[in-house]
Amino acid sequence: MTKPLLEVRDLQVAYGGIKAVKGINLHIAPGELVTLIGSNGAGKTTTLKTLAGLLHPSGGQIQYDGRNLHNVAAHQRVAMGLALVPEGRGVFARLTVQENLQMGAYSRDDKNEIAADLARMYELFPRLAERREQLAGTLSGGEQQMVAMARALMSRPRLLMLDEPSMGLAPLMVQKIFETIRDIAALGMSILLVEQNARLALQVAVRGYVMESGAITLSGEAGELLGSDAVQHAYLGA
Amino acid sequence: MEILLQQIINGLVQGSVYALVALGYTMVYGILGLINFAHGEVVMIGAMLALSSLTTLLGMGIPPVLALLLSIVLAMLGCMALGYSIERIAYRPLRHAPRLAPLITAIGVSIVLQNLAMMIWGREYHSFPQLIASHPHTFGGAIINDIQAIIFILALAIMAGLMVVVHRTRLGRAMRAVAENQHAAQLMGVDINRVISITFMLGSALAAIAGLMVSANYGLAHYYMGFLLGLKAFTAAVLGGIGNLRGAMLGGLLLGLIESLGAGYIGDFTGGFLGSNYQDVFAFFVLIAVLVFRPSGLLGERLAERA
Ligand SMILES: Nc1ncnc2c1ncn2[C@@H]1O[C@H](COP(=O)(O)OP(=O)(O)OP(=O)(O)O)[C@@H](O)[C@H]1O
Ligand SMILES: [Mg+2]
Repeated sequence: MTKPLLEVRDLQVAYGGIKAVKGINLHIAPGELVTLIGSNGAGKTTTLKTLAGLLHPSGGQIQYDGRNLHNVAAHQRVAMGLALVPEGRGVFARLTVQENLQMGAYSRDDKNEIAADLARMYELFPRLAERREQLAGTLSGGEQQMVAMARALMSRPRLLMLDEPSMGLAPLMVQKIFETIRDIAALGMSILLVEQNARLALQVAVRGYVMESGAITLSGEAGELLGSDAVQHAYLGA
Repeated sequence: MEILLQQIINGLVQGSVYALVALGYTMVYGILGLINFAHGEVVMIGAMLALSSLTTLLGMGIPPVLALLLSIVLAMLGCMALGYSIERIAYRPLRHAPRLAPLITAIGVSIVLQNLAMMIWGREYHSFPQLIASHPHTFGGAIINDIQAIIFILALAIMAGLMVVVHRTRLGRAMRAVAENQHAAQLMGVDINRVISITFMLGSALAAIAGLMVSANYGLAHYYMGFLLGLKAFTAAVLGGIGNLRGAMLGGLLLGLIESLGAGYIGDFTGGFLGSNYQDVFAFFVLIAVLVFRPSGLLGERLAERA
């Protein structure tokens, strides 16, 4: 097995006195697409926010690229190659599409490369190219999701974390977003995908974790999970 | 007619100073949702610092224009350090406290700064040295002197510069991003504490210049000048829509005009019952009227969006 890019050991996170994540372990290898599924309130968003540095763990360890992230602030993690597309997208509504993408490159200073990446994003998401001067707040939900993803990619992440990218989108747009995720993964980027849509997530992922009430209850190859009775019952409505 | 024109000129000059101070309130509000009531005192400290250094430098035989430039720089640096410290000491520890807490520390900081200024500079009025023979220019029967012209043009130039910074630079983009969503900004790699500090320093630099302008315009500075000036500039910011930069500029200029025209004609309206010494009252009529009829200000968005 290759050395994991991300390794989480016994991670615990609490809101005040309430434990939302109760000692989970997970790892992601370089270039791997891993999904984390589970029902509402399982602790998925809490886990991603903690990995991004927005929340502080009450216990456990996060190793990224051989480094303990304990004392690394959220804004410093971006420069290390960690990017989170947050739940609800978090686009800057009063900034233009282009300015949103430029914000994504905030931690970089290679001007020419940034310009080239901008062009690449507009190729990847042609709909954004037409709307580059438009305020992001005026875009449709699906377009905003594209902005959020493109913006995260602008930081040139090594590990891209996506929190429910399909939320609130029409089926066609969900298709499009998942195709893009697959394309990005094919480029060799590591991806941690949190999803309600378990079937789709397990179809694109290599491995998966199932989270329940703050704990990982199942994990394994995506194909196996997709076939397992427990997952079929709980998440696929079979 | 000449009187009207004269009142308009005076109003615009004073209003441009209000605008510079109002920008300080509105930038901080935009980014932290907090009203920095100590900002007026920063203006006062700026005026005092500029005046002291000007007097000292002139006493050392430094040529007036150079002395003036140096004292502007010194006042700006002093106020930037002050603004930075105010945020670090009085606001940052309370970032997650209930809204009332930083409001109370703001008042505390104001009192401390006023008393400090009183200890250093005394209770007396300090007069602004006559640097340049300020030539009056007449047009259309109204008079504008050199100092007024410089104040107005410089204020406009500074505001234009600020708009360029906020809308055309990486820093400005980060400021707008932090103002809109601090978590998302962090996810972009923005050190929000740094951006917040810079915002306080920028606002304080503007305050220093405004302080110097006020004392140059009236020829006076006083340890208590920050209170009323701050309150009026705050009114200007609310009038324009707090949190909105263009609003602060518009509000400042409008308030200057309202005050000046109001003071000029209040005697006519009240049949001589009230005189132009009631000029300060207008700002507060405006504040009350805006809060009652249009709390979001002229250019502001609904306040609910910021809750
Ligand atoms: N800011 C908060 N304060 C207190 N409790 C919270 C907070 N955010 C989340 N929680 C609680 O933590 C638990 C995990 O929430 P989390 O948002 O991580 O779940 P999730 O798996 O992302 O759910 P969903 O699929 O609905 O997004 C829930 O019980 C939730 O109520
Ligand atoms: Mg969630």
